[in-house]
Amino acid sequence: MHLLLKRGLQNYNMSEILVDIRNMTFKREERVIYNDISLSIPKGKVTAIMGPSGIGKTTLLRLIGGQLKPESGNIFFDGKDIPRLSRNALYETRKRMSMLFQSGALFSEMSVYDNIAFPIREHTNLPENLIEKMVLMKLEAVGLRGARGLRPSELSGGMARRAALARSIALDPELILYDEPFAGQDPISMGVIVRLIRSLNDALGLTSVVVSHDVPEVMGIADYIYIIAEQKIIGQGTPEQIAEQTSPLVRQFVNGESDGPVPFHYKAAPYREELIRKTVFTNNRRG
Amino acid sequence: MKQVYFLGRKAIAIISGIGRALILLISALAHVPNPKKGFPLLLNQLYAVGVLSLVIIIVSGTFIGMVLALQGYTILVGYGAEASLGPMVALSLIRELGPVIAALLFAGRAGSALTAEIGLMKATEQLSSLEMMAVDPLRRIIAPRFWAGLISLPLLTAMFSAVGILGAHLVGVDWLGVDSGTFWSVMQGQVDFEKDIVNSIIKSIVFAFVITWIAVFKGYDCDPTSEGISKATTATVVQSSLWVLSLDFILTALMFSN
Amino acid sequence: MVSKKVELMVGFFVALGIGALLMLALKVADSGLSGSDETYNLYAKFDNVGGLKVRSPIKVGGVVVGRVSDISLDVEDYTPVVTLKIYAKYNNFSEATSVSILTAGLLGEQYIGLLPGFIDEDIEILVTGDFIEDTKPALVLEELIGQFLFSQGSDD
Repeated sequence: MHLLLKRGLQNYNMSEILVDIRNMTFKREERVIYNDISLSIPKGKVTAIMGPSGIGKTTLLRLIGGQLKPESGNIFFDGKDIPRLSRNALYETRKRMSMLFQSGALFSEMSVYDNIAFPIREHTNLPENLIEKMVLMKLEAVGLRGARGLRPSELSGGMARRAALARSIALDPELILYDEPFAGQDPISMGVIVRLIRSLNDALGLTSVVVSHDVPEVMGIADYIYIIAEQKIIGQGTPEQIAEQTSPLVRQFVNGESDGPVPFHYKAAPYREELIRKTVFTNNRRG
Repeated sequence: MKQVYFLGRKAIAIISGIGRALILLISALAHVPNPKKGFPLLLNQLYAVGVLSLVIIIVSGTFIGMVLALQGYTILVGYGAEASLGPMVALSLIRELGPVIAALLFAGRAGSALTAEIGLMKATEQLSSLEMMAVDPLRRIIAPRFWAGLISLPLLTAMFSAVGILGAHLVGVDWLGVDSGTFWSVMQGQVDFEKDIVNSIIKSIVFAFVITWIAVFKGYDCDPTSEGISKATTATVVQSSLWVLSLDFILTALMFSN
Repeated sequence: MVSKKVELMVGFFVALGIGALLMLALKVADSGLSGSDETYNLYAKFDNVGGLKVRSPIKVGGVVVGRVSDISLDVEDYTPVVTLKIYAKYNNFSEATSVSILTAGLLGEQYIGLLPGFIDEDIEILVTGDFIEDTKPALVLEELIGQFLFSQGSDD
């Protein structure tokens, strides 16, 4: 770990930007998810993207990974415009990033060991004894060296996520995209994952993007935070700056108030009117 | 006006579905498993698709051959033509029952399993995570399954016909007393290698192609929810059965009508 | 990452499949090896071929010596021409050989019966492309019954 730590420190360069999103608009069918947003993710930092659920934070990660294409605008990864890459170039670029899915997405028919060896076996021709060393190192980093023989179905939720994390760092990517890494975790595994994200980022010189709505955890580890709501970036800054923001939307989100600029009630006709008017319920999605 | 919109929406959905299925097919065909990394994948799929279908194919084939012999014998013996039992059984099995029933069983046993497996991989984000690992799921997941299906069904069909004929021999010759020599020699006189056996293999290859294509596409294209997977699995069995039966008619018309 | 069991079972599966195919080809259709034998063609014109079909057997004293490979109509004199594909090892039929269309049993398949003629110094041996002159047409049941009734009537 010490060796890796040194390498990480060398890469610690504040000014460089790894992912740069410029005037990007994304629509799903007719619904606008992102309207002309721009944000940049600096190299070697933990950048958090926060916002209420259902606003497409995961979509943003898929856009960076090139699994979805935006309506307009650019997404640059190290200077390459992801939506305009050819299929081969896209796959080549994806070797430099990896993504931790919310469910872990471990391959259910393989053991934990084979899951972590999978990307190494796919992309390299290393001999099996070397692969074993690499896998053991990654497992050690997430504290699951003893669980190598288990099947994904035998792991708890937190362990599955750690195993998936080991798999996503198997080939030492430059960028890791974390999709809701804290969702549905008990306080202990939450603490473990918070620690892992921070320490892996610093030790391996990674760039991390964490998508989450868990305010305290994110405030604890992020270097820079973007808050997205209503198709726009409504606030950004370091955790300290976010805490001092006065915008009511940001305040509501950070403090977790149930009603405010983001209303408690889904858009509906006035309550009284609907109670008085004795009509049959009609499906208003079609109307 | 509403109906026109509805019709248009349906038409667009169907056409774009066909388009997606074609893209999937072309990518699967383009990825002939390469010897070094692809072969183990193909082997595993041959096991899942072929070996695991073996029992149902052999048991069904034997029983269908036995029933054919029993029924055929009672009809033929009325004309004193029980010597024709061999060719009757062999021709029905090789020309029609072998390819068709093996294909229907294959759709139910292997096709539905393929759809459910791929659908579940999609629902649990395993396909997405492959893409993000820069591993093309079409190459890693779809292509080996497709090729395994294409190889397995013709072999299963041959086994089905063969054990069917053996089952008919058991009933016809050993139980009902048709002469064994007559059974085989009259059969050999009537069954033509090119016309019957080669056509049977061609039929089974066509069926294998259609079933595996539908199965992998339905899985790959399903809604990643439990409801979506169950719908896709049902659709695989229903659609591939209908395709097999209608294509069988077309192929028979082309092959056996001079 | 393929276990030994999977390898073994797949090998077993493929072997079984190929075995079944071979059984169909050799035991059921009986064409794989004997079909590739050398053959030569003789021709014969019949007044009537009856129910003779392509691939009907050609027998000499009950032994199969070849198969019918084609039945067509001579467009000049409108008589059926049957192409006889004879295995090359039976290459000693003389010009005096006669050929007839016979029926196996009362309702059975029709086949071609060859009656080898005597061999003498002035009589040539049939080679590929030759016509067999001495032919007897197929017996057609309706004609037989007609003749029988006719002769019954004339006896009175």
